[in-house]
Amino acid sequence: MACSWNWNPLGEQTFYRRSELYSMAWDLAEELRDCLMAAAPYGGPIALLKNNWRKEKSPGSRPVLEIYSAAGLPLASIVWKSGQVVQLGWTASEDLLCIQEDGSVLIYNLFCEFKRHFSMGNEVLQNHVLEARVFHTEYGTGVAILTGAHRFSLATNIDDLKLRRMHDMPSLQKPPSCWAVLFQDRVTVILLATGQELYLLDNTSCNAMTPPGLSPQAGAYLQMAVSFNYRYVALYTDTGYIWMGTATFKEKLGEFSCDIRAPPREMVWCARPRSKQRAVVVAWDRRLMVAGNTEECIQFVLDEDSYLVPELDGVRIFSRTSHEFLHEIPEASQEIFRIASMAPGALLLEAQKQYEKESQKADEYLREIKDKEQLSEAVQQCIEAAGYEHEPETQKSLLRAASFGKCFLDRFSPESFVRMCQDLRVLNAIRDYQIGIPLTFAQYKQLTIEVLLDRLVLRRLYPLAIKICEYLRLSEIQGVSRILAHWACYKVQQKDKSDEEVAQAINQKLGDTPGISYSEIAGRAYECGRTELAIKLLEYEPRSGEQVPLLLKMKRSKLALSKAIESGDTDLVYTVVLHLKNELNRGNFFMTLQNQPVALSLYRQFCKHQERETLKDLYNQDDNHQELGNFHVHTSYASEKRIEGRVAALQNAVDEYYKAKNEFAAKATEDQIKLLRIQHRLQEDLDKPYLDCSLHDTISHLILDGKHKRAEQLYREFKIPDKRFWWLKISSLAECGDWEEMEKFSKSKKSPIGYLPFVEICVKYHNRHEAKKYAARVVPEQKVKAFILVGDLDQAADAAIEHKSESEMSLVLAKCSPAIDATVVEKLNRARAQILKK
Amino acid sequence: MAAHLSSGRVNLTALREAGRRELREFLDKCAGSKAIVWDEYLTGPFGLIAQYSLLKEHEVEKMFTLKPGRLPAADVKNIIFFVRPKLELMDIITENILSEDRGRSPQRDFHILFVPRRSLLCEQWLKDQGVLGSFIHKEQYSLDLIPFDGDLLSMESESAFKECYLESDQTSLYHAAKGLMTLQALYGTIPQIFGKGECARHVANMMIRMKREFPGSQNSIFPVFDTLLLLDRNVDLLTPLATQLTYEGLIDEIYGIQNTYVKLPPEKFAPKKQGEGGKDLPTEPKKLQLNSAEELYAEIRDKNFNAVGSVLSKKAKVISAAFEERHHAKTVGEIKQFVSQLPHMQAARSSLANHTSIAELIKDITTSEDFFDNLTVEQEFMSGIDTDKVNNYVEDCIAQKHPLIKILRLVCLQSVCNSGLKQKVLDHYKREIIQTYGYEHILTLNNLEKAGLLKPQTSGRNNYPTIRKTLRLWMDDVNEQNPNDISYVYSGYAPLSVRLAQLLARPGWRSIEEVLKMLPGPHFEERQQLPTGLQKKRQHGENRVTLVFFLGGVTYAEIAALRFLSQMEDGGTEYVIATTKLINGTCWIKSLMEKLEPAPF
Repeated sequence: MACSWNWNPLGEQTFYRRSELYSMAWDLAEELRDCLMAAAPYGGPIALLKNNWRKEKSPGSRPVLEIYSAAGLPLASIVWKSGQVVQLGWTASEDLLCIQEDGSVLIYNLFCEFKRHFSMGNEVLQNHVLEARVFHTEYGTGVAILTGAHRFSLATNIDDLKLRRMHDMPSLQKPPSCWAVLFQDRVTVILLATGQELYLLDNTSCNAMTPPGLSPQAGAYLQMAVSFNYRYVALYTDTGYIWMGTATFKEKLGEFSCDIRAPPREMVWCARPRSKQRAVVVAWDRRLMVAGNTEECIQFVLDEDSYLVPELDGVRIFSRTSHEFLHEIPEASQEIFRIASMAPGALLLEAQKQYEKESQKADEYLREIKDKEQLSEAVQQCIEAAGYEHEPETQKSLLRAASFGKCFLDRFSPESFVRMCQDLRVLNAIRDYQIGIPLTFAQYKQLTIEVLLDRLVLRRLYPLAIKICEYLRLSEIQGVSRILAHWACYKVQQKDKSDEEVAQAINQKLGDTPGISYSEIAGRAYECGRTELAIKLLEYEPRSGEQVPLLLKMKRSKLALSKAIESGDTDLVYTVVLHLKNELNRGNFFMTLQNQPVALSLYRQFCKHQERETLKDLYNQDDNHQELGNFHVHTSYASEKRIEGRVAALQNAVDEYYKAKNEFAAKATEDQIKLLRIQHRLQEDLDKPYLDCSLHDTISHLILDGKHKRAEQLYREFKIPDKRFWWLKISSLAECGDWEEMEKFSKSKKSPIGYLPFVEICVKYHNRHEAKKYAARVVPEQKVKAFILVGDLDQAADAAIEHKSESEMSLVLAKCSPAIDATVVEKLNRARAQILKK
Repeated sequence: MAAHLSSGRVNLTALREAGRRELREFLDKCAGSKAIVWDEYLTGPFGLIAQYSLLKEHEVEKMFTLKPGRLPAADVKNIIFFVRPKLELMDIITENILSEDRGRSPQRDFHILFVPRRSLLCEQWLKDQGVLGSFIHKEQYSLDLIPFDGDLLSMESESAFKECYLESDQTSLYHAAKGLMTLQALYGTIPQIFGKGECARHVANMMIRMKREFPGSQNSIFPVFDTLLLLDRNVDLLTPLATQLTYEGLIDEIYGIQNTYVKLPPEKFAPKKQGEGGKDLPTEPKKLQLNSAEELYAEIRDKNFNAVGSVLSKKAKVISAAFEERHHAKTVGEIKQFVSQLPHMQAARSSLANHTSIAELIKDITTSEDFFDNLTVEQEFMSGIDTDKVNNYVEDCIAQKHPLIKILRLVCLQSVCNSGLKQKVLDHYKREIIQTYGYEHILTLNNLEKAGLLKPQTSGRNNYPTIRKTLRLWMDDVNEQNPNDISYVYSGYAPLSVRLAQLLARPGWRSIEEVLKMLPGPHFEERQQLPTGLQKKRQHGENRVTLVFFLGGVTYAEIAALRFLSQMEDGGTEYVIATTKLINGTCWIKSLMEKLEPAPF
């Protein structure tokens, strides 16, 4: 069939295809061999450093660093003014590493904008870089250096730089003939060859390796290749012999011998995941060879200098004029397109073609598949094969076939078909010459859509990225918002536009798309020195909490304060307030607070705990005399120790209370001063602690001490209501057991609280005898209760009967125990019966 | 272990689980053995989220209380401070860190976990002291609403009321709004928000704002709550002042319930075993956890205390009858069945014994004359009798120097029930109080005035009778045994706050516009848009779920009243309750008192 015309067989089962991706758009004046080059994997950009090797630095021939897309479209270029570059390489995030002779590594983005640099250490600086390799592992991007002293240094992750010096080589006299970085059991090691010896170097040791099943006539090693996933190693010797095996050197996968003795310029693995065939591609100046564990090999003639870029499922080959992809034909494609294939997919494709021609053969083919019950497999095959094709026409015909076949299936989940259509659409879009990212389906799946979007953003291809997000219906936060935010961060760096223009342009595009952080964009604008723009952008930020820190950083504290208050987050308000306190002078600070009551009350709280004196100033400013009075009262307790100090503080309080027109508080505080003075005197006279007792307790203590005169004096001086004084006096007398005084007191005049309290207090202090004296004087309504209290149930019963009160009778009854108080019980029952009769 | 949280209409276990997950994730960030230094206030609330066993599983080997000075020696790799973001605490931590022995090896790693939120202020404070760099992980643990029971959430923020109404510090409201956002993230956007009061308005505003701040986080959870009702405590200052008369309410009034635990005098719980007559009575207080996980407690907690006795005696009969069954068990099968029920029966028996003891303890108090007199006065005030004159009982109590808080509760109650006191009456009370209890209380009285609990009658008009009548706050024919109205929780008084919730559900607040205007603060309604797919199609007979959030605290009696409404057959609404703090009149007034201690001479 037409599609397999460019297939080249290797062994029985596998075919290799070399197809053109792009004809290169670059128009290079010089030969590629005169440039230092690096092409990033996953269809990444190509960096060229021209004139690098010229010794004379005349202005016309200064080195130039140029970066191109994989299609050869220029992205950026700069004149190279730094030191001698030994090696270029790309990081996993598509930054360019320029490794200089002195061991310093400069990092540029793909628009040739300098990002940062780091050094590979002193030893490298002293001995210079002889050779270098950039490699990728799960830890990130690493750099390995072979120094002029024939030692290895490496860093596994340039974003978390930890330099490692490897163990010395067995011979330091001459450099190894070839070497490579291996990644085994999460450790980076170096595989190197000198002559016929092979060594594995790690931090602490150097071990000689022997590849199993190596031909005894193999000879000296010239070249080595490590597979994309670090699992396999291939070795090329000066006898034209190739050994292929696992990187652990435990297993041999195959060998091949050719008659070419010339050292190859490059050798890389070319294998697709899960393939049975293991093959390497070897390149000389004008010849390309694909060799596997087979008798024969595939050979191509090269018309010009070509360079190999290993990918996970094949090899890209680029030259001055073209960019090609060489890969093993995947199984599904083989099944369908192999000449005379009877595989279900092939038949389905044919059926569909016949259907389009309106030929009845369509039915025959279809029936053949259905008879073998292979229709679902056929559809699957067509869908899968479509993914491996670069030509949209071929993709379409395969998908049409799949869609056609699907019609005859009852149950076939449409998902795989739809997904493939979507994926191919994305892939075709990015493979476009203008975009120039020639990802294969397998690479795309490995890379993931998120990373692909990042890469489009890196290339500033925002519209395409957004289209893809929308097309794939990615959630806004993951997709569109993220891209818009990147775009906006880029936009604020455009210095040729006015703040107003930029802010508006950004808001127009971003609106209030969920997940957009205007404060982040504003932060970027501020970093670029565009404070005004940053403030404008912050206006669009709905989260005031996010606005505040940046506003503070930009010294817009008052604006920050109102934003903080808006947010309701008091912690933010505090933060701004304390910031303002340091920034402004006191007067200004207070004025600012004055206009923000929320901030003011929070600051008051702060002062209450941290600096009470400021509190006074705050109240003074507002003429808040009530609070000032309270403040002084507080002071008299908390900070004044001497009596004079306390009185003075209280006197201040009195003044303030008067100003506040709080007569009550002023009078009360005056009373307090009076009491304090009296207590002070009492304390000195009686040598007992009186200070800070309440008036009540002071009098009580006096009575307990028998100082009835003085107690009386206080009672009058402080105008204590009679009732309270009587309660106080009898309680205190009972407490000290001065029953005589109590009786005297009870007769001094008519009790304002009646006599029941006397009874109660006596009973409380277990003096029934005294209690009984007062029970008789209790007013009639309370008599029952009084007699019960003193335990005279008989009299209680009489009183109750006299009142004809049933509830009182029950009360007494409840207190009676039938055995002892039988007569009382009988009396009560009789009276109750009488009431009931009536 | 947390079954009581999933018993209600809304499964609150999810909230607790979210809390546990967050905690585990943080602990695992600090690899290796750990010691936790606790802000003491947090231990209680944390206990409701995770027991010590969970911490232990994550290599927490030691626990200390945060205090000044040097940290205790502990051979652990990590020291983690669990603290509220308060500057006073930052000072203690600073001291701890600065006195850490630099020479000790191996060095201990420090981490700090802010609860409920990281604070720039505190971090700046630590930075200024030069210790911020000592912390490897600085994180926050958003413990806002803690599930207490199947229908009860609390922030346990002790001073929320004081901060909001006295100090205009709305920090706790911000946390409340955040907590509500977390709740909505787990249980769906609440379509309707009602509110009454300044703080309620503020919280609703913040919620709406926060929602706008994250437009992308479109919530796709089917809403569990239909309505949120935000109520300021100062809309109803009366209710917490009155003595709660439900079983749970009385336990809290008398012994204080802390984070679902109560400590009781041990005498009544002495094990009654023969032959141990000479043994000393236990002196440690008896600590019991009180929640709906205990079947009997769930049944009686919300009853009027007068109705508890009969339930207990009925239960006693059922249980002893169940134990009697063993004599009838003849076949092996029957015996086996009996044995399989034994653990449950024994648990029921010990639960019954505990609650019988508690009920006895409470009964001793409720039957005392003083309790009765106090209650009588409260009820007189609430029903509007003689609220405008100096009350004799209050005067007598002051004269006998009864506990100050009791006096303050009564005086405030009178003031609230009279829309403020006549200046003469107010001044008399104040004078009596400061003369008896000390002049320093002038500041406390001032606080009560600022909070509106105690005030002079300014307008000359007493609104309370109108409010009382319109909202039917006083019910003369209260049925304590088989209640038909919420007023049973205070034996006559129907809590105003709950009445508002009840009237909101049916017939709606429009019917009481006039009264709402008399109560402080604005009342409002907000709607939160739901995506069309999430709008509820109510099944016939399915109840609505309303979340009532009390800003400034809620009492157990109010909770009981809301639960009563949930259970009403034709109620149509079930309630979940959230609050800044579970309170009773005593601890509430205490939080408003100014603590002034004179300097020693």
